[in-house]
Amino acid sequence: MTDPLDGNAAAGALAEALAPDITVAITTCAACGDARPVGELRAYLLAPGLVLRCATCQAAQIRLVRAPGRAWLDLRGIRVLQVELPPGE
Amino acid sequence: MAIVNRGFQGRRRQPGAGLIPPGQYVVDDFPVLTAGPTPSVPLDDWDFTIVDDSGAVAARWTWEELRSLPGEDITVDIHCVTKWSKLGTRWTGVSVDVLLDGIDTAAEFVLAFAEGGYTTNLPLEDVLDGKAWVAYAFDGDELEAEHGGPARLLVPHLYFWKSAKWVRGLRLLEEDEPGFWEGVGYHNYGDPWREQRYWGD
Amino acid sequence: MRWLVATVAETIPETVAAVTLRLELPDWGGHQAGQHVDVRLTAEDGYSAQRSYSIASTPGANLLELTIVRLDDGEVSPYLTTVLDVGDPLELRGPVGGYFVWEPDETRPVLLVGGGSGVVPLMAMLRHHRAVDHQGAMHLVYSARTAEDLLYRDELKALANGHRGVTITLTRAAPPQWGGRRGRVDAALLSEVGWPPSVEPHCFVCGPTSFVEAAADALVAIGHEPAHIRTERFGPTGA
Repeated sequence: MTDPLDGNAAAGALAEALAPDITVAITTCAACGDARPVGELRAYLLAPGLVLRCATCQAAQIRLVRAPGRAWLDLRGIRVLQVELPPGE
Repeated sequence: MAIVNRGFQGRRRQPGAGLIPPGQYVVDDFPVLTAGPTPSVPLDDWDFTIVDDSGAVAARWTWEELRSLPGEDITVDIHCVTKWSKLGTRWTGVSVDVLLDGIDTAAEFVLAFAEGGYTTNLPLEDVLDGKAWVAYAFDGDELEAEHGGPARLLVPHLYFWKSAKWVRGLRLLEEDEPGFWEGVGYHNYGDPWREQRYWGD
Repeated sequence: MRWLVATVAETIPETVAAVTLRLELPDWGGHQAGQHVDVRLTAEDGYSAQRSYSIASTPGANLLELTIVRLDDGEVSPYLTTVLDVGDPLELRGPVGGYFVWEPDETRPVLLVGGGSGVVPLMAMLRHHRAVDHQGAMHLVYSARTAEDLLYRDELKALANGHRGVTITLTRAAPPQWGGRRGRVDAALLSEVGWPPSVEPHCFVCGPTSFVEAAADALVAIGHEPAHIRTERFGPTGA
């Protein structure tokens, strides 16, 4: 029950907060500098909110809380996010 | 506006009858929610510390020292912000009053900290006067790792995210500081009877 | 990203425990093979439960297909496989999950490794490969407990050609005339039916967490680059 899924399973919840497909964006962990796609982070979906942790050092990179009509996103665990843009932009 | 799926009941759950806070339902099992991997700390390496606002350790107990403090058996109802409530849960633990006994402080808040970086903040008065414990047994057995063992904070009058699993200590704070969930939308105080789930509630 | 309301057009039993839902969705903008949707069920009193399901159909098909495997103690899958009927509405959100996707503009060979219901998003990839008559190599290694648990069995046979291959292995029990393999997916099997690391295939691994971790570890042990291996663990996506 407490085994993490791949970050990809969090895609729907994250898409509510961020428009582009976040699972292919690359994050640099603020704690350890590890850089990899969001799809490879360790997703804990069964918490009071959603947490995506660094695959290397387990630091919480993304925290998402949903309430009726609103959501909060804490990205302090990401030093920088590199997002894919459609070709030509 | 969501549609309604005819015949869908979901995992049921008796509605409360004035015995539980608004918006909750009673469960018989004990759901496991986690924000991270289940830690495992050898008991030889485990300690519980009270840290004052300057960062100095004001008190410290090893596992054996904690277990030799007077323990209490308590039976309480617990309420998770994800809406389940479990009635009559039985715990054994050391009252936080015992742990803070003799510690002089001007702090008005505490930040409970746990393995893996989880934190949660509370007013100091909400962990005193018989309102909080460091619990190491549930239902007569040693507390299981997935439920926060070897020891977790137990503060049943607030939503259960405040009862930090895998707790390792309390930091005394003169100024309030939001913890892991309080910083990203969950209510700073979290009174289930006033349904204080999120910011602005 | 908003919730859309689909209408069930058809329900197809795949096995004793699995049903494919064919859904009509006028607002559907298309998807990529490998993506999933979030499905929401709402009771009369407003209680709702949500789960994620991989899309089984190829992009461009008329109807969206989800293959649901019923879990005995599930909250959502029993409803979707035994109560939901033709004409009923079903809310879903998506498609999401561009990380676990195969696009036909890829020319490198593709190794698909699926355990149990993990074969569903891989089936979307195979169906897409067939729909565009892709000339690249794609091979599925599919592990199930028994022959009765196999999804898409006849279609998988029909899919195989010079460019697409399927290897099925049963882990618990095989029927008397079973000519296929037995036993778990391991490095030996993956080496035998896959390609050497120098070929640099794309690898997609999907199924229960323990299956995915064992298979991904085996691929790395063979020498495949972790960066070429994409995993999708199936597990609870709602409490």
